[in-house]
Amino acid sequence: MAHESVYTPNSGIEKWLDERLPIIRLGVDFMAMPTPRNLNYWWTFGGILFFFLMVQIITGIILAMHYIPHESMAFDSVEHIVRDVNWGDMLQNMHSNGASFFFIAVYIHILRGMYYGSYKAPREMLWILGVIIYVLMMASGFLGYVLPWGQMSLWGATVITNLFSAIPFVGGAITELLWGGYAVGQPTLNRFFSLHYLMPLILFAFVGLHIWALHVVGSNNPDGIEIKLKEDSLPFHSYFSMKDAFAMVLFAMIYVYFVFFMPDYMGHPDNYVRANPMVTPPHIVPEWYFLPFYAILRAIPDKLFGVIFMFAAIAIVAFLPWLDTSRVRSMRYRPTAKLFFWGFVATGLLLGYLGAKPAEGGYVIASRILTAYWFLYFIVALPLLGWTQKTKTLPGSITEAVLGKDAMKNNK
Amino acid sequence: MSAKHEEDVVSRRDFLFLGAGAWAAVGGAAAIWPFVDQMNPDASTKALASIEVDITPVQVGQAITVLWRGKPVFIRHRTAEEIAAAEKDDETAMPDPQKDGDRVQKKEWLILVGVCTHLGCVPGGQKASDIRGDFGGWFCPCHGSHYDNSGRIRKGPAPLNLAVPSYKFLTDTVVQIG
Amino acid sequence: MTVKFFKLASGFVAFTAGLGMLSSVVMAAGDGGGQHFAKQSWSFGGVFGRYDQKQLRRGFEVYKGVCTGCHSMNLLSYRNLTQPGGPEYGEDYIKAMLKSDEVEVNLPHNDEGEIVNEDGDLFTRPAALSDRIKKPYANDKAAMAANGGALPPDFSVIGKARAMHANHEGIPGLFTWVFALVKDVVTQYQEGGPDYIYTLMTNYHETVPENAPKDFSLPEGKHYNAAFPGHAISMAPPLSDGIVDYTDGTKATLDQHAKDISAFLMWAAEPHLNARKRRGFMVLIYLAILSLLLYGVKRKIWEDVKH
Repeated sequence: MAHESVYTPNSGIEKWLDERLPIIRLGVDFMAMPTPRNLNYWWTFGGILFFFLMVQIITGIILAMHYIPHESMAFDSVEHIVRDVNWGDMLQNMHSNGASFFFIAVYIHILRGMYYGSYKAPREMLWILGVIIYVLMMASGFLGYVLPWGQMSLWGATVITNLFSAIPFVGGAITELLWGGYAVGQPTLNRFFSLHYLMPLILFAFVGLHIWALHVVGSNNPDGIEIKLKEDSLPFHSYFSMKDAFAMVLFAMIYVYFVFFMPDYMGHPDNYVRANPMVTPPHIVPEWYFLPFYAILRAIPDKLFGVIFMFAAIAIVAFLPWLDTSRVRSMRYRPTAKLFFWGFVATGLLLGYLGAKPAEGGYVIASRILTAYWFLYFIVALPLLGWTQKTKTLPGSITEAVLGKDAMKNNK
Repeated sequence: MSAKHEEDVVSRRDFLFLGAGAWAAVGGAAAIWPFVDQMNPDASTKALASIEVDITPVQVGQAITVLWRGKPVFIRHRTAEEIAAAEKDDETAMPDPQKDGDRVQKKEWLILVGVCTHLGCVPGGQKASDIRGDFGGWFCPCHGSHYDNSGRIRKGPAPLNLAVPSYKFLTDTVVQIG
Repeated sequence: MTVKFFKLASGFVAFTAGLGMLSSVVMAAGDGGGQHFAKQSWSFGGVFGRYDQKQLRRGFEVYKGVCTGCHSMNLLSYRNLTQPGGPEYGEDYIKAMLKSDEVEVNLPHNDEGEIVNEDGDLFTRPAALSDRIKKPYANDKAAMAANGGALPPDFSVIGKARAMHANHEGIPGLFTWVFALVKDVVTQYQEGGPDYIYTLMTNYHETVPENAPKDFSLPEGKHYNAAFPGHAISMAPPLSDGIVDYTDGTKATLDQHAKDISAFLMWAAEPHLNARKRRGFMVLIYLAILSLLLYGVKRKIWEDVKH
């Protein structure tokens, strides 16, 4: 931890333990992290994401106790969970909807970071670790969607693994390696199950690094200025822990609404049709959280370049700390950049819509324009804005931002 | 601010914190149950917890083995000699004394869980070619336990007689086990 | 804090209202093309929705009287008909039904595969409650051979494997889409499956109607159904007035049959809906109280800090 330790062992046992394994110190200092007092509710999504990671891991371990990764039994075993296992329908709905809510939360979390400049020095590592976590989440979500072995599972897996066939020379060999055969089949399903179980372990490790990095550099805040005064910060517990808990329960209520009242809303009816390698459903769509990137893939008329652009659209986010040249972090003080930011949000949403549309006519043209905006936002708008924009005057400190200049004077 | 007022504020605060903590704890405890209960036998397993067996084809002197709750169940149609031999031994000293009459509902039908009470092997004696041990019932090949015509342990390391499952005759020819 | 909250909330309300108005205009403008089918009202829709046990029994009577000749229900066992939240027949009733219908099943396979008798042959025995509902055909190939090459789909999850939107309208224009997404969440619309089945059952035409797509010609042996994607369906109209006599005395009309079988198939796909919604309501109440308590705690903690 970068901040000073606040722990003093009281009893003899605590002293003894502290000299050998300072685990209580770690926990106490962890919870006491000085946190900017001006954080708003957008900052609660980190905690919410951790909650969903735990939900997914716990329900996932349970589903794995009943699931059978076999092409002739996978579909039935999921139905067996839903129909016969005690609480099985609830646990399965929690897991499938948990994935969607995990992504809703992570998108809010990412956009919050982009709006308030949380990626800027010294938080580059924190940001890059976050991007890695996001990519791991996508891999996890994709692998998991294959497991129920419905039509969308099979054909989603076919389309996504075929992306790798675009790689020159070795593409065919790579896809065969991924499939363990000449098409998506039993070996693919079995290894996807194994990898789907592996993914959260890696994810968990990266979340650990992410939180470690956070505790080294501290939280950013809506005004984007570092902690300077004593009164700029408050200990994380119980100020922010309780605020996080409150927000978490609110968000969980929306989640629960979906789990219990519309569990299939975010799924696709075709995934209740058993996988059939002879028939492709008329309308293949990935899960909603992949739709913007699916739209970018289809916007490019060339197979290889489509794949390259799609992956680049995600990878470019990791370079944000260096692409954004502005010395001011928060969009609160960058009125022009703020407009471009909301344009970027709209682009993401519209690409999501286009990803669900058939790739024809005006939709393709619209996808191309929006894909261009996506990339230009990162490689043209942000660098240029940093050099040319007029920013508003930053407050002298976080406390000043909260209380106002006059109140500061009166206080002193 | 008066001291009295301060006290009020503090106790209101404590009450709120305590209430929230207790309410969260109750929910947390209740939420654990589904995650544990899912490991209990599921509905399809429970549906097979009792089975109906048609014993019409089992002739006198024959035996059949059926699978019940993942374990073999021996159903033997005993001969008059076997019944007599089993009843004769009622007063003999044995590790787990029991009367033959207490182990059957109908004398000619002996129904047992076919799992040796020593370490869980399946004793032989169902097929005509099997070794049936010193007492003409069943013999467990793992560690040499001898069971008699009533499934009682007579010799060897097993501590208890072969278990009698709960069963009832639905008709003269159909028995429901479990 | 409060001011900020109201600003945020009013902004959100204004945004949603604007979107709603805009999309209703767009929807009205876009109306006219394509077939439109009305959503039905179901006893199991909404937060307090529950299956109508009498309707499920009628639906089962339709299934048993009409569908069972071609359509399997592989994931359901006879015992499911007795469990809570379903048709809730008594065990004795189902046992008697199996006996009088002389339903015989192959012994369910165990870990070693199918059970065979001493001669190594498969054999049958009278069906028990724990058995899966007997299939009409031994396998898919046999089913296809008996139905002119078309496979009658299994009915276990068909209530969730079909939907109105996916089959008819594709994905509509942007604002209509957003509006529909929001509206479905608010109205908790989850009945696309039964709506589709009902519509399919009630939209057969004896001859190709005038509003059929241009250049449509009906292949030999197919039937015209306005609700079916592509309109040429292999299944002859299965339901008609009075095809099944209900034991509860309900008037046997095509509309009634279609409604009842749709509800029954929804139950087959989602047998624990009643329990799920009951649980969900309790969990929501619990969380609502927890959120109020935590809001109080949070406010008390932040009482003396301006932020």
